[in-house]
Amino acid sequence: MLEQQLFNALSLGCVYALFALGFTLVFGVLGVINLSHGAVFMVGAYAALAAVQNLGFPLWAAVIFAFVIAGCVGALIDVLVLRPLRNRNAPHLIPMIATIGVAIVLNSLAQGIAGAENKRFPTDVLPQESLDFLGIHITVIELGIILLSFLLMVALVLMIGRTQIGRALRAIAESPKAALLLGINVEWLFIITSFVAAGLGGVAGTLVGVYSNALFPLMGQPILHKGIAVIILGGMGDIRGAMLAGLFLGFAEVMSVAYIGSNMRDAVAFGVLFLVLILRPQGLLGRIQERKA
Amino acid sequence: MSAVSAAALLTTGAQAADIKIGAAEALSGGAAQYGISIRNAQQLAVEQINAAGGVNGDKLVLVVEDEQGKKEEAINVFKKLIFQDRVLMIFGPTLSNSAQAAFPIAQAAKIPAFGTSTTADGITSIGDFTFRNAVTEADVLPETVKATIKSAGVKKVAVMYGNDDVFTKSGYDNFKKALADQNIAVTTTETFAKGDVDFKAQLTKIKASNPDAIVLSALMAEGAPIMVQARQIGLNVPVIGGNGMNSVKVFDLAKGASDGLWVGSPWSSENKTAENAKFMESYTQKYKTAPDQFAAQAYDGIYIAAAALKGIKLTGKIEADRKALRDALATVKHTGATGPFTFRRVNDKAGKPAGYDADQKPIISVTKQGRYTIAQ
Repeated sequence: MLEQQLFNALSLGCVYALFALGFTLVFGVLGVINLSHGAVFMVGAYAALAAVQNLGFPLWAAVIFAFVIAGCVGALIDVLVLRPLRNRNAPHLIPMIATIGVAIVLNSLAQGIAGAENKRFPTDVLPQESLDFLGIHITVIELGIILLSFLLMVALVLMIGRTQIGRALRAIAESPKAALLLGINVEWLFIITSFVAAGLGGVAGTLVGVYSNALFPLMGQPILHKGIAVIILGGMGDIRGAMLAGLFLGFAEVMSVAYIGSNMRDAVAFGVLFLVLILRPQGLLGRIQERKA
Repeated sequence: MSAVSAAALLTTGAQAADIKIGAAEALSGGAAQYGISIRNAQQLAVEQINAAGGVNGDKLVLVVEDEQGKKEEAINVFKKLIFQDRVLMIFGPTLSNSAQAAFPIAQAAKIPAFGTSTTADGITSIGDFTFRNAVTEADVLPETVKATIKSAGVKKVAVMYGNDDVFTKSGYDNFKKALADQNIAVTTTETFAKGDVDFKAQLTKIKASNPDAIVLSALMAEGAPIMVQARQIGLNVPVIGGNGMNSVKVFDLAKGASDGLWVGSPWSSENKTAENAKFMESYTQKYKTAPDQFAAQAYDGIYIAAAALKGIKLTGKIEADRKALRDALATVKHTGATGPFTFRRVNDKAGKPAGYDADQKPIISVTKQGRYTIAQ
């Protein structure tokens, strides 16, 4: 049973990590806690469903489609909501509250267009295979989630660490004003960041939809709470930290179900998280940021 | 057509009038998928009754209002139907939560209120003007457990329920009592929360506890993925579900993993009586979609009201007529799409006689190859 539970923890942790990647990216670059990330997650899932059902896409193409559509929605949110607030130097809480409003609008739109009832991906587009390995039961879908989330994390870390765009993003994260003086097109990079972050959220939504067999307008809400915990534990804005913290939360949840009791699942998981934060308030991999003090 | 009925009225000399009946259902919002099904079935029944000459020559008129699945709105709509439209009785609301809020209004105004989809405990304890033909979970779940034990040889079960929802928690309470009454051992009790997507940790634990069946109090959003994930980890035991799992949606949401789900309900599409065949055929013809349990109970509800109205002489004094209808409803015997039906008096919290629940035996069904089949 322990082997199976460890594997369960790995796949659940990867779902949390995948959701948190985009969430933490936006915070790292824009300095905004974007609470519409859960709604964008839902938009990605519905976009992938539409691609499969109405456009006849195979699943891999639907995942890319979800990335693009959710990414565009994220870029639009930046242009229409976050940029005007930046331009008038709104205090930190304002953009966060504005993104709650965006989430409500997106959720209501989804309910109006697709209805409140649950949807699912047609079974014939989903891989049904599974394998038994050392007594562990592994489905191809779980394997896909694990591989894809590691792949996306590595790609994101390489992009930030090794490319020109990444260098510019790090400069912005350090100081948007200095970056602007260096000739970096800050507004343009904000839009790109929002696009990539929302796109990652959309991919996470699609994978969760595939995994859980249930899409509904409010599907992003519960995972948003976990996502907030993960980015705080990972160190706000830290990509590798988010990955690690996602796995940590998945592990804490599954082990509390296995050895303490499922009604204590969130209490134990968040209790442990709280203890870790007392020991490392900057998060697992975060450094204490003096410049922001 | 109208000339014919006018002529008929002239010859009998009867004073034809409209009998106004209110229907407060959730036609928008999250519960709309139930409310619309209910409204459709009510309109179908009213059309059939009127086409067959109405009630003692009077036509039934349905005054439909949208209560949006919200308590506040249900209260508003009840007030409008009672005091503005001056209807004789009210069907609805769709959800138990709303009924808890709106039935006291009807009770105070002394007008019969009739729920066709509200199964939570205590709703008809509100007073002697409250009725429902939705069979309560307290009545259904013990029967479902009993049938599964008998047919599938179940001796010990694992229990799983949503612990953050009134409906799934109350389903769990009823299951727990039924299991204790029938001496079934519980290997482990696991919970989950609304919006959870991953149930593998609980299901792995359940599998290790080696039960003969899983008792599941869940709504479809979580229940269907639980079915799928259980089958994925090789947990192929029967699943005993509550009302939340009693929907053909399971064949879509848990496609390929929906076999072996046991549920109980007074209505089944597989019930081959003449009344049910007539209902299913006319509903499918009118709405181009197959009816569900909610439609069947709503359809029977209108016929039960019509049967009661046939037995009384309306005076035109609304207070007296509402009371006469209440008295007549309590004694109705009717056989409809859900089978033979009578009301059973229930007590309020103080133990005094209050409203009326359905006295009906549920049909236990089990899913096989993408459809419900009647067990026994």
